[in-house]
Amino acid sequence: MSQCLLEASDLSMRFGGLLAVDQMALKVRKGEIVSMIGPNGAGKTTVFNCLTGFYKPTGGKIIFQGRAVEKLPGFTIARLGVVRTFQNVRLFKAMTVLENLLVAQHRHLNTGLLAGLFKTPSFRKSEAEAMERAAYWLDKVGLTEFANREAGNLAYGQQRRLEIARCMVTDPQLLMLDEPAAGLNPNETRELDKLISDLRKNHGVSVLLIEHDMKLVMEISDRIYVINQGRPLASGTPEAVRSHPEVIKAYLGES
Amino acid sequence: MPESAYYFIQQLLNGLTVGSTYALIAIGYTMVYGIIGMINFAHGEIYMIGSYVAFAVLAGLALMGVDSIALMLAAAFIISIIITSTYGFAVERVAYRPLRNSNRLIALISAIGMSIFLQNYVRIAQGSRDIAMPSLITGGWTFGPADEFNVTLSYMQVVIFIITFITMTLLTLFISKSRMGRACRACAEDLGMTRLLGINTNQVISLTFIIGAALAAVAGVLLGLYYGVINPYIGFLAGLKAFTAAVLGGIGSIPGAVLGGLILGVTEAFTAGYFSSEYKDVVAFSLLVLILLFRPSGILGKPEVEKV
Amino acid sequence: MNSQSSTTLRWFPAFMATGALLLLAVLMLGVQLSTENTELVVYFAASERWHLILAGAVLVFLVQLFRNPISAFWQGAKKHNPLSPFQLPSLDDNKPLKRLLISFVVAGLMVWPFFVSRGAVDLATLALIYVMLGLGLNVVVGLAGLLDLGYVGFYAVGAYSYALLSQYFGLDFWSCLLIGGVMAAIFGFILGFPVLRLRGDYLAIVTLGFGEIIRILLNNLTSITGGPNGISQIPKPTLFGLEFSRRAKEDGNVPFHEFFGIDYSSGYKVIFLYILALLLVLLTLYIINRLLRMPIGRAWEALREDDIACRSLGLNPTAIKLSAFTIGAAFAGFAGTFFAARQGFISPESFTFIESAIILAIVVLGGMGSQMGVILAAVIMTVLPEFAREFQEYRMLMFGLMMVLMMMWRPEGLMPMKRPHLKLKDHQSDKKDDASVNRQPIAESV
Repeated sequence: MSQCLLEASDLSMRFGGLLAVDQMALKVRKGEIVSMIGPNGAGKTTVFNCLTGFYKPTGGKIIFQGRAVEKLPGFTIARLGVVRTFQNVRLFKAMTVLENLLVAQHRHLNTGLLAGLFKTPSFRKSEAEAMERAAYWLDKVGLTEFANREAGNLAYGQQRRLEIARCMVTDPQLLMLDEPAAGLNPNETRELDKLISDLRKNHGVSVLLIEHDMKLVMEISDRIYVINQGRPLASGTPEAVRSHPEVIKAYLGES
Repeated sequence: MPESAYYFIQQLLNGLTVGSTYALIAIGYTMVYGIIGMINFAHGEIYMIGSYVAFAVLAGLALMGVDSIALMLAAAFIISIIITSTYGFAVERVAYRPLRNSNRLIALISAIGMSIFLQNYVRIAQGSRDIAMPSLITGGWTFGPADEFNVTLSYMQVVIFIITFITMTLLTLFISKSRMGRACRACAEDLGMTRLLGINTNQVISLTFIIGAALAAVAGVLLGLYYGVINPYIGFLAGLKAFTAAVLGGIGSIPGAVLGGLILGVTEAFTAGYFSSEYKDVVAFSLLVLILLFRPSGILGKPEVEKV
Repeated sequence: MNSQSSTTLRWFPAFMATGALLLLAVLMLGVQLSTENTELVVYFAASERWHLILAGAVLVFLVQLFRNPISAFWQGAKKHNPLSPFQLPSLDDNKPLKRLLISFVVAGLMVWPFFVSRGAVDLATLALIYVMLGLGLNVVVGLAGLLDLGYVGFYAVGAYSYALLSQYFGLDFWSCLLIGGVMAAIFGFILGFPVLRLRGDYLAIVTLGFGEIIRILLNNLTSITGGPNGISQIPKPTLFGLEFSRRAKEDGNVPFHEFFGIDYSSGYKVIFLYILALLLVLLTLYIINRLLRMPIGRAWEALREDDIACRSLGLNPTAIKLSAFTIGAAFAGFAGTFFAARQGFISPESFTFIESAIILAIVVLGGMGSQMGVILAAVIMTVLPEFAREFQEYRMLMFGLMMVLMMMWRPEGLMPMKRPHLKLKDHQSDKKDDASVNRQPIAESV
């Protein structure tokens, strides 16, 4: 099997008396699409927040590309190549679609103060490249015609796509999507399915996914983790998970 | 006991005196912050207004020939509390309520505006000069050998301790026992949820401002009598100090405000007593900066969890 | 309250509000305290005050009584005639015209002082200092969204840098202008570094504390700063070494008027200072406009909107805030250096919290983030009190009131910010735009 990209072991997160994540273990290999499923309140988003450095886990280890990251601040983890979307889309609403994509490239740009003040050639070149990359991703997610619109005015499905594009311009290793299909219609969900597969195939990202849409999850995932009440319930290939008795009982069986 | 010990005790007493009035003002900051999460920047001015009202009442009674100190004090406290509470209520109603749902900074700017407005309103109404009053309560107890440094505990300081203690006790009883007090605690826990449960949160918030202003009025009367001099600018510094006390103790926590007030008062007194009185404000502000940097939740406060 | 129809009279609130107003006013406006022969006395205030109180009470009573009909009328009026925020027409699409216009305005501003009185030029110079301060604070408050209540501290750092360096080391204005800015920036960096991760309102109070600490230190380090007496005889700027005094202070130097063979006039100095201030403002404007179009400018706005999203994309919030804080401080330092040179005398009195509040009021009135707005507000705030001397007494009262009212009605300011948007140029995107507006909702509802 290919090399391990992200590995969390014994991950725990406690808020006061509440143990939101308990001894979670999780692994994403290079090029994999891995999903986390589980009922609402199972702690999936908390795991996301721990992995991306928004919460400092109260226990356990997170290794990303051989480096312990559980104590690093969120922006550093993002710089290492772990970027995420949010359950309720977090765009820069008053900025244009294009600018959302430019801001995301901030750390790749020439941010030298003097270079910018005097518009040196290297500054111009860096800005032009940023524009180009933004244009490429706008085209990819079909938002080119909305480039100069305020992001807040986009339709919901478009906002979700823009959020993914905004992650992709940072050139990530691991893309973490928090319920990307929530609120999308079946058409849009199919598009999303295609987009995610394409990102993995042509842009070399691995994907970690939280999703309630079972059809999407089963279709797209290499492996699935089932979480219940902060604890891992089962994991494995879609087929294995689907036939796992505990999972059927706790999750799928009821619906 | 050596002389230095007497000196130490004197500074401690002075510090506790001023500290207990800081505590009274700090409660106003902490209660408002606990419930609606805003810094009521104008709270210091409310305290200053309390002082002015008390002075006006005392002077008026003196002109009418009243000479019972107890009666004068009682009247000063009651009238000052009534008027200052009205100010607290009005400030919230006019300057903060319309901004309840907007960004924190917007509300803070409005509060700063309100503070500037009130300060200058009093300046224009009463003039910018110091207004002084001869001490109402004189005398005190002196301890220690006659030829060396003595510790003096003035009657005024005793009055400050007693009144502060009574006020705090009443407040604690109100918060823990009464229905409205329970509503206050519920609002501090979760404002939105409390509203859903059918409690008139606007009323509770108004009440919070009224209580805070009333306590500031008590502090205003006490400090006014203690120092004997007031001017329209005393509210700014006192407000900042009291805010420091609130943050020090843990903003949102009433016992924290009291603790913070006392610590700040004592720290200031020791700075003035052992170092230089010019730098006591610097020490107070540095304390504020340090506590915010290293323990923003204060001594008794709960840390905030960021919602992602 | 909502269930009341628009015609109901509100007797109870009207009485309550009037009662409250009387309580507020009677013991504060209605009486006058003073100290006479160590005795505290209190009078009834002059009858005009009581008339004022009565008039206020009647007004409040009527407004509260008829509030429902009034607000219904107001809503109606708003619907018919919606107040859209005033915005300057954009010239972004017409570069040559924009350049031409700017050159005309600048030329006008340069020539104007030669035709008016000294007093007017002097006042204009003061206004320009406030423009500079307003623009600088605007970077911090308006662009980066950090409420800095101790901005005047950096102004003081700039002013005292020049005053002290010229007093002790004989450095001239021009080198100190740079040093003052850099010093203020260093202060901003050092102070900002630890505190910028604090939440917005805490940050505001901490910066206020810093401002006060700087002022108290200046006041008490008497041996160095002269304490409350300040520093006087700070040299005026020179034009390539030419002084604007009647006689040169240093041997071998020729004053400006002798060099050009014209008669001495103190007006030259005033005009020179004005033009210097104008150039500094223009430089400030240029820098800020560049910053807005640079990655850092975009990052400021992004951070203001959603710092969590920023962090998730690898932007370091502290570094970005720090850059705004430092740049803002540097502008205050420049302004401070110039201020010291213009006044010739500085003392801690000039750097109180009130000064910070005035600068903040300028930013708030002008519209947080808007440069034209800030310029306009700075000019209004400095020039208006001069035209109406009586207004001086009420100036701070009005500032305070205005800050409250602005936050309620127009938190975005008189002239809201319009940020330059970068545009994607190719792909005839605009044409497609209209079609998509109609198409999208239909697709959505499927």
